[in-house]
Amino acid sequence: MTTSQYSVSRSSNAARMATVFGVIALIILIAAPYWAGRADMRLMSELFLYLALASLWNLMAGYAGLVSVGQQAYVGFGGYMLFAATIFLGLHPMAAVAAAALLGALIAVPVALLIFRLRGAYFAIGTWVMAEVFRLSFSQISALGGGSGTSLPVGIVRSIAASRQSREAISYWLALGAAIIVVLAVYLFLRSRRGLALTAIRDNELAAQSLGIDIWRTKFLVYIVTAALTAMTGALIFLQKLRISPDAAFSVNDWTAFVIFIVVIGGIGTVEGPIIGTLIFFALRETLADLGTIYLMVLGAVAIIVMLKAPKGLWGLIRDRFDLQLFPLGYRVKKDDKEGT
Amino acid sequence: MDWLNALIQGILLGGLYALFAAGLSLIFGVMRLVNIAHGDLIVLAAYMGLTTTIVLGVHPFVAMLLVIPAMALFGYVLQRGILNQTLGDDLLPPLLVTFGLSVIIQNALLEVYTADPQKMDAGALETASVSVGGLSLGILPLMTFGIAVVIIAGLQFIFYRTALGRAFRAVSDNQDIAQLMGLNRRHVFGLAMALALAVTAIAGILLGIRTSFDPSIGGGRLIFGFEAVIIGGLGNLWGTLAGGVILGAAQTLGAKIDPGWQLLAGHIVFLFILAIRPNGLFPRISG
Repeated sequence: MTTSQYSVSRSSNAARMATVFGVIALIILIAAPYWAGRADMRLMSELFLYLALASLWNLMAGYAGLVSVGQQAYVGFGGYMLFAATIFLGLHPMAAVAAAALLGALIAVPVALLIFRLRGAYFAIGTWVMAEVFRLSFSQISALGGGSGTSLPVGIVRSIAASRQSREAISYWLALGAAIIVVLAVYLFLRSRRGLALTAIRDNELAAQSLGIDIWRTKFLVYIVTAALTAMTGALIFLQKLRISPDAAFSVNDWTAFVIFIVVIGGIGTVEGPIIGTLIFFALRETLADLGTIYLMVLGAVAIIVMLKAPKGLWGLIRDRFDLQLFPLGYRVKKDDKEGT
Repeated sequence: MDWLNALIQGILLGGLYALFAAGLSLIFGVMRLVNIAHGDLIVLAAYMGLTTTIVLGVHPFVAMLLVIPAMALFGYVLQRGILNQTLGDDLLPPLLVTFGLSVIIQNALLEVYTADPQKMDAGALETASVSVGGLSLGILPLMTFGIAVVIIAGLQFIFYRTALGRAFRAVSDNQDIAQLMGLNRRHVFGLAMALALAVTAIAGILLGIRTSFDPSIGGGRLIFGFEAVIIGGLGNLWGTLAGGVILGAAQTLGAKIDPGWQLLAGHIVFLFILAIRPNGLFPRISG
């Protein structure tokens, strides 16, 4: 007689292997200042910061159903807070990055209270209006250069590290650190109680509500956390650029359109999607960027085709084909056949 | 007197914003689709008008006779070819597809027309004005406002007095039952988009006569239209006109205080109304 026993597990061999490879890759990346050139490090820093933005946007749109086309509000806000805190308050740039995150969370509270009154797609445009309000407001602040912007004073740049080489290494590690913090935060959040509630809301709002989940509060929390981490990423982006202006800081194309394409192409609603998407986006950019506007049109067309033909993106296709999950979020039931007694 | 002048200019500007908003409102009303590319479609219409006036050497209002059917046809094909595939319970696909469309249109215009600002030449009409009680009112802003009123009245008529409008309302209320009653919702949606883009064509050409434009201004026009819709109340076409007027007046009065405040004042009034009346000033009476 044979009885079947079932066991439930979260992890899988693929996930364990991914962890091992991930750790190895991470060690190699951490050592980059010792093996990579300056241009490569700059490119990789940019890639990490885009990965952070994409993971955050994915958490909001893919899990909380909050589709925002106004995240540039927080990128620019974080950047401006870095400049304001270092120039006016004399904070160390690292402290200013942390302050930017905190202030990002604070400013997001009244913003959320207002725009959460809008439903679905109107919420999306509402976020854009907010970003415009931020942009226009910062253009009015003449102490920060008004409409033409300002540069980070040399003294502040020097305070990060004395030599240019170590400054570049630190700024690279900060970008890498931000990406790791964001991806891990998203992953751990989704594994937590709140994350489970969020997944339930994504799958069926009505059912989730009837099980006692406070939908408004869960979404509100996601919005605030995302705003804080986006502001932190924004501060790091402009710590790399060393110069800020309202048009660059609150650019829809740079901080929202590209991020949306990354997530859609990689796979919305998966932790792995933004990672794949960022790699593809940078590969495309490095090869096709000379084409200028045509490149952007191709990107738009690819995003439309992916959305219509494979709404779960590239990672969705891979996952369906090979049943892979590198960041184990779901549970699997395994059947262990055993000889009965 | 200066303030009164600013107020009246703002009200007339509101007519243009109501035209931006009418197409947006119509599409949302019929198929619950929010078109992120709406602003870029307005700019596209302006460029189509520009090309027509230059190639044929005609007045922009004559060009309208060509651009309106062209945009309507484009709308029908766009809806049936792409956008119908995105409709469903999930709001993500239509949002992201129209977002992609917006990027494509914007960059295609950039490729063809470059980033240089352009303007349509409407001849003497641009500077003509009438004097009313000591105020000088431009003929063009007056005409724009008049056209907006006529179009909104026309849309209202189509919606509530014609077979087409009945089909629009039917698919809006319940797609499946409308389908059972013999309406092809894909076709009805196509017609709704065609009508919306016909209005957009008029808005685009009026915009192109009034100010200079370049491929990047679509997002801003989408936001104005959207604000007019929300201020006025969802689903209420006359409310949309009122919303446009309030937004326009807020902008010109803001500009009167400080030129840097023009756009900001409009956004602040919008956010204020959102805070006190989340459903807009004149939400449609349900029923």
